[in-house]
Amino acid sequence: MPKPNFNYIKQLSNGDLAFENKLLEVLARELPIEIKEFENNITSGKLTDAASNVHKLKHKISLLGMQESYLIAQDFEENLKNNRTDLHKVFVQILKKMITFLNHIENHRI
Amino acid sequence: MTCIIIDDEETSRVILNQLCSEVPDLDMIEQFSNAMSAIKFLNKNDIDLIFLDIHMPDFSGFDFIQTLKNPPRIILTTSDQSLALTAFEYDSVIDYLVKPIERPRFEKAIVKAKSFVAAPKAVASTESSNNEKQGDSAKTLYVNIDRTLIKIETDSINVIKAEGDYILIKTHEKEYKVHSTLKKIVDKLPNDPFFHVHRSYIINLSRIVDIEDNTILIEKNVIPISRSKRPELMRRLNLL
Repeated sequence: MPKPNFNYIKQLSNGDLAFENKLLEVLARELPIEIKEFENNITSGKLTDAASNVHKLKHKISLLGMQESYLIAQDFEENLKNNRTDLHKVFVQILKKMITFLNHIENHRI
Repeated sequence: MTCIIIDDEETSRVILNQLCSEVPDLDMIEQFSNAMSAIKFLNKNDIDLIFLDIHMPDFSGFDFIQTLKNPPRIILTTSDQSLALTAFEYDSVIDYLVKPIERPRFEKAIVKAKSFVAAPKAVASTESSNNEKQGDSAKTLYVNIDRTLIKIETDSINVIKAEGDYILIKTHEKEYKVHSTLKKIVDKLPNDPFFHVHRSYIINLSRIVDIEDNTILIEKNVIPISRSKRPELMRRLNLL
C-alpha cells in the first residue's frame, strides 16, 4: 500500500507555505471527525450513511496522493451501497496511515 | 466576476478559495458549508458564479439547483465522475470539476465561466410555465357530494388529502369527502398558492404554520414532505 505524500498539495500550493500549512491544519482537524462518523455508522449498521462518509474520505485520500488507496475506497463505497462490508479492514488501514502521517507532520511543525 | 463556494467539506473550501484567490478578476464573496445558508444569501445577493458540491448531506447540489428561480452560472465539484451526464441536464451548469481539483482544469473552467457570464442568462423554464398556469387560476371549485354541487372558495382550502378512491378537502370550518383523485383536482386549482407536496397531499402554502424537518404544520394537520418535492417547496417559500 503506497504511503501518504505531499505531491498533490505541493503542486497545488505553487510554493505558498501559508496555504500548505492551512490545508494540512484543516485536513488534520476534519479527518478524525469524518472517521469517527464513519465508524459510528458502520457500528450501527447504517451502511448507506457509511458510504457517504467514504465518499468524503475519498477526497482526503486523493489529497494525500494515495492513488491505489483511492481506488480501494471507491470499491468499498460501492460495496457499502450494496449493503456489503468487504474491504472494510483494508480501508481502516488506509485511514490509520493517513492519521499517522498527519500526526507526524503536526508534531514536526510544533 | 463574483462567486461563492458551497461545500460541506472545509478542506474543499480551502482549496477552492486558494485557487480563486489567484484569479485576478474573480471576487470570492462568501463560502457556505450548507445549501440552506446559501439559499438565504442568494435571496438577497446577486452573484455570477457558484462552485457547488454535489454530495452534501440532507440537501444535495442538485436539490439546491432546483430551488433557484434564476440560478447563476454553476461549476459543480464532486469526487464522483459518474454524475457528469446528470450535471449537464441543468442549463445553469457550465462545468464539472472532479476532486481533487487540478490547477490546469480549474483554470480552464474559469475561462469557460467568464465567457458564460458575459453572455445573457437563461431564465429557468419551470418558472415561465408556472406563470402561464397561474393565469388559469380558479377562485371557486364545485364538488359533487351526494348529487349536490357544493361551492368551495379555493382560498379557504387548507389541505387536500388522498384517501383511496376519495379526496378529503379540508377547509378551516369543514371537511368534504369527494369521489375524485388528487391528479384531477390539481388541474382545477391555481398554482399559487397550492402545492402538491407529497403523493397524498396538496397544501395551501399560505396556510403553513411552520416547517420542521420533513413535515409541514397547517392548523392541526401534520403533512409529510416528499424528498423530491422539497427543493421546489423551498424555492416557493419566501425565505429570509
